Amino acid sequence: MIWDNAFAVSIIPQLLQGLVVTVEITLLGTLIAALLGLALAILRRLAIPVVSQVVTFAVVFIRGTPLLVQAYCAFFVLPDYGISADAFTTGAIVIGINYSAYMAEVYRSGIQGVHIGQWEACTALGLPATRVWGRIILPQALRTVVPMLGNYLIQMFKDSAVLSAITVVELLGTAQAIGSSNFRYLEPLTIAAILFLIISYPSSRLVNRLERRYAPQH
Amino acid sequence: MRPSTEPVPLQTGALSESELAKPGPIIAFENVSKSWGSNHVLKSLNFDVQPGEKVSIIGPSGSGKTTILRILMTLESPSEGLVSVDGDVLWNVAPGEKPKETRQLRQTRRKIGMVFQQFNLFPHMTALENVVEAPIHVLGMEKAEARERAADLLNLVGLSKHMNHTPPQLSGGQQQRVAIARALAMRPKVMLFDEPTSALDPELIGEVLNVIRNLAQSTDMTMLMVTHEMRFAEEISDRVVMFDHGRAVESGAPEQIFKNPLEERTRTFLRAVLQR
Ligand SMILES: Nc1ncnc2c1ncn2[C@@H]1O[C@H](COP(=O)(O)OP(=O)(O)OP(=O)(O)O)[C@@H](O)[C@H]1O
Ligand SMILES: [Mg+2]
Repeated sequence: MIWDNAFAVSIIPQLLQGLVVTVEITLLGTLIAALLGLALAILRRLAIPVVSQVVTFAVVFIRGTPLLVQAYCAFFVLPDYGISADAFTTGAIVIGINYSAYMAEVYRSGIQGVHIGQWEACTALGLPATRVWGRIILPQALRTVVPMLGNYLIQMFKDSAVLSAITVVELLGTAQAIGSSNFRYLEPLTIAAILFLIISYPSSRLVNRLERRYAPQH
Repeated sequence: MRPSTEPVPLQTGALSESELAKPGPIIAFENVSKSWGSNHVLKSLNFDVQPGEKVSIIGPSGSGKTTILRILMTLESPSEGLVSVDGDVLWNVAPGEKPKETRQLRQTRRKIGMVFQQFNLFPHMTALENVVEAPIHVLGMEKAEARERAADLLNLVGLSKHMNHTPPQLSGGQQQRVAIARALAMRPKVMLFDEPTSALDPELIGEVLNVIRNLAQSTDMTMLMVTHEMRFAEEISDRVVMFDHGRAVESGAPEQIFKNPLEERTRTFLRAVLQR
C-alpha cells in the first residue's frame, strides 16, 4: 500500500475531531480518578471497619481486571440491570473509576510521606478533621502527588483508545471507522499515532519538569 | 490522688474561679502503667502537679519522660490507670481493658498545650498562619482578633519581624519560638515541653530558654517540662522530678535534687550528665 497524500489531508479534520473527544474523555476521566482516588485513599486511612474492607476489595478488583473487560461490562451488561448511559459518558466513568484505584495508591503514599509530627501537632491543637486533612495533611501530601497525577493523565490519554471497543468515537475509533469505510488503514492509523504522540510527548516532558519542581525538599 | 470534691473555703481569694470549683492537683496520674509488648515503660506511676506549678522532669534516656507528656497530650494511651487534668478524667483504663477515649477527652485536651522536640510546625504555612490556625478553627475566634493576638504572641517570643516567613525560612530557634507562640495561642492551662532545645544548635538554645524562662516567671500557667538543661531546670522549676525505669524516683525542690539528692540513682545520674 502506498501513502496517499490527498487522502491523508482529507481525513485530518475528522481525526482532529476524534482527538478532541480523546482529550475530553481524558480530562473528564482524570477528574473522576483524581477525586475518587482521593476519597478512596482517605477512606482507607480512616480505617472504618467494614468500609475499609469494601474499599480494599474494590481496589483489588479494579486493579486485577483489564480495563477492556470493565468497559464491556459497563456498556453491555449494566444496561440489563437498568443502568445505562451513552458510550462517551460510560467510557469516561469506567476509565475514571479504573484509574482511581491507581490514584488512590499514589495518594496513599503521599499521605504516608507526611511526617507523623504533623498529625501530632494537629492533635495537640485539637484541630477538627476537616482542617487536619484540608489544610495540613493534603497540601503537603499532594505536592508529591502532582507529577504522578500527570503521569497517569498521559497514560490515560493513551489508554482511552481502548474505549473505541465500546463505540466511543475517540481518535482510534475515528481512525478505524475511516479505515473500514475507505478500505485504507495506513493513513488514518499513522496520523492517529502521530496525533497521540504530538500530545503525549510534550506532556511527559512537562511532567518531568513538574517532578523536579515538586521533588520532596529536605 | 483523685481530685477531692469537697467545697473550698471562700477566703482563698488567690485562686481563680475555676480553681475554686476544682481544687486539688491540675495534673494527676494514678497508678498509671504503660507497656509496649514486654517493655514496661511506666509502672504504676503516681504523680501530681499543682495548679501553677513549674515542674521539670529529668532522668536517663528511655525512662518514660516523653511517654508521660504524650499520654497527657492524648498522643498515647495508658495501658492502665487514671489520668485527670483540671479535675476532668482524661484516661480511665481498668486493668486488662482496652484504652478508650473518655467523653470529655476533647474538651479536656484543649486545656493542654505541647511544645515538641522537633517543633512540628506546619511547613507550608507562615509563622502567623501557624499561630492563628487553632484559635480560628478550634476556638472559633474572629480572624482579625486571632491575627492581632497571634502578632502579639509572636512579638512576645521576639519574632515580630518574621511573621510572614515559613518554617523553612527560619532557624531552629526561631521555629521553636513560633511553636511556643502557637501553643500559647490556645490559652492552655497546662504547657508541656518535651526537650524543647535538644534539637537545636548550641548557639540557638539560649533564645528559646529565655522565652520559656519569661513564661515561667510571668504567668500562672502550669508548666511540665522534660529537659536535659540541668542549670535551667534548677533556675525555673518549683519542683524537679527524677525518673528512672518508669518510676518517679525522687521529687523535690531544685536545690534539694541538684545539691542534696536523697537517692543514689539521682546522684549517679546527675554526676553523669553534669560532667559533660
Ligand atoms: N511508639 C512506641 N512503640 C514502642 N516503644 C516505644 C514507643 N514509644 C516509646 N517507646 C519506648 O518506651 C521507652 C520510653 O520512651 P520515652 O520516649 O518515654 O523515653 P524518654 O525518657 O523520653 O527518653 P529520651 O530521654 O531518650 O527522650 C523507650 O524504651 C522507648 O523505646
Ligand atoms: Mg524523650
